[in-house]
Amino acid sequence: MIKYLPTHEYARIEGNEAYIGISPYAAHQLGNVVYVDMPEVDDTLVKDEEFGAIESVKAASDLFAPLSGTVTEVNEALVDNPRLVSDDPMKNWIIKIEISDPKEVEQLLDQEAYDAICDAEHKE
Amino acid sequence: MDNKTTCLHSDHVAQGAKMSPFAGFDMPIEYAGIVEEHNAVRNRAGVFDVSHMGEVLITGPQAQEFVNHIFTNDVRPLADGAILYGMMLYENGGTVDDLLVYRRSEQEYFLVINAGNIDKDVAWIRQQAEGYDVKVDHLSDEYGELAVQGPDAERVLREVLGIDASGLGFYTFMDTKLDGHDIIVSRTGYTGEDGFEIYAPEELTVALWRKLMAAGVAPCGLGCRDTLRFEAGLPLYGDELTAEITPVEAALSMFCKLDKPEFIGMDVVARQKAEGVTRKSVGLEIDGPAIARHGYEVLDMDGNVVGTVTTGYRSITLGKSLAMAMVNTPFNKLGTPLQVRVRRKVFPATVVKKRFYTPKYKK
Repeated sequence: MIKYLPTHEYARIEGNEAYIGISPYAAHQLGNVVYVDMPEVDDTLVKDEEFGAIESVKAASDLFAPLSGTVTEVNEALVDNPRLVSDDPMKNWIIKIEISDPKEVEQLLDQEAYDAICDAEHKE
Repeated sequence: MDNKTTCLHSDHVAQGAKMSPFAGFDMPIEYAGIVEEHNAVRNRAGVFDVSHMGEVLITGPQAQEFVNHIFTNDVRPLADGAILYGMMLYENGGTVDDLLVYRRSEQEYFLVINAGNIDKDVAWIRQQAEGYDVKVDHLSDEYGELAVQGPDAERVLREVLGIDASGLGFYTFMDTKLDGHDIIVSRTGYTGEDGFEIYAPEELTVALWRKLMAAGVAPCGLGCRDTLRFEAGLPLYGDELTAEITPVEAALSMFCKLDKPEFIGMDVVARQKAEGVTRKSVGLEIDGPAIARHGYEVLDMDGNVVGTVTTGYRSITLGKSLAMAMVNTPFNKLGTPLQVRVRRKVFPATVVKKRFYTPKYKK
C-alpha cells in the first residue's frame, strides 16, 4: 500500500513498517538530486514534521514525515549516490521506519487523491 | 503585484521552460535542466534571455564627469567602444548596484543595471544628476537582450546570426546594424566563458532567439546563469552585494579607483582599503556532500558564528560543495579551517579563493 503527503513524500506501508521516499513527480520537479540529508537509525519521527532534506542543484527541500515512528534503516546507497533518487524514487526509498501509530495511515492521500494534487500544481 | 515579462515570455512558455519570478519578472529558470544547460555553456554555447536587465543612457557635455561621480571605477582612461565593470555606492559605502558602463564617447555612456534594481537605480541616477549638464534616458523598455555564451559563441554569432564579432576584444562593444535595426554587441557575459551580449529592439530580439533555436543552440535559464557565475566567482546583487555591503567587503576593491577626484562613497572605500574591513566575502570549500545555501551560518572551530553563506552550490563543473560567504576578520584568511551549519549538521570547510573556476575569456 502506497500513501502520500501533499508535500510529495510517500510511505510504502508493509505491516507495521514503512519505506519513506519522494514521489516521481517531486523527483522530476527537483531535477538532479545531489545530496540527501537523512536522519539516523533510532531517531524518532513525528508525522508532518521535518525529518531531513533533499538537495538538487537548484534548491534544498525539506522532507516531512508521512507517519510517526522510529527510524530502523537509512538508505546508505544514497550517501555515495544521491542521484538514485532522481533515477527511480519509488525503488530508492530514503528511510525505513517502524510505525508508531497505525491510525495515522488513514490521514494520508491515496494514489488518486495525490495525483489530483500533482495535476493541480502542474497547471498553476 | 503581477510580474513583468520580457519580449520572449511567450516563446519560453511555448518551449516548455520552467518559469519562476525573478527580480520582478516571470523568467525561465530552466529548459533541459540546469546541469545540461550549464555544461552546454562550458563546452559549446548556450543562449540566455536577459531582456530583464536595465539600460540607461547618459549623454551631455558633463557625461564623463557625472558617470565618474556615481561610479566606483574610472571611465576617464577608457577608449571609445570599451566597457568597465564597477559599482554605484551610497555615501556610506553600501552598494546601490553593480553595473557595466559602455563608453561611446566622452559625452555618451550606456549603463547596464540589474533588473531588480531598475526603479531604484534610475531614481538614484536622476537624483544625482541634478546640477550636471547631462541627459539621463531610461531605455529598459527599448531593448531586449540576449547573452550567447560559451566557447562556440563567436562562431554562433557569425553562422547563425550573421554578426561578425571576431574583432571585439573582451569587454569591448560595437554599434552595428542588423536587419535594418541598430544593435549593440559586446564581448561580455556572466558565465566565466567567452561570449557576447546583444542589445536589440524587442522585435529583433525575438527573431534572433528563434534563429538560435532553429540552429539548435541550447536555450538556458537563470538557474544555470547562477551556477555559472558562481563558479567564476562573480557576485550577484542581493547575495554578495547589498545596500549594507561595501565593495571592499565584497572583495571587489579592484573596481574602485582612488586615484580619481571623487565618487560617491569614496571616503568609506578609501578608509576600508587603508584600515582593513571587519568582514570580507570569501570562498569556502566544504568537506562533504552538503550544500551551504544563502543564509546558512559559518562557524569557527569552537562553534561561534563568524559569518554567513551568500551563495552555495554543489559545483557542476568541479564536483565539489562550494560557497561564497561573508566571514568576519580574521577568519577570512585563505586556508582558515571553519565549519558550516547545514540544518542540524555541521560540516568542515576551508577558506579558498572565490574564483573557483578559472574563466576562459578571450584576451
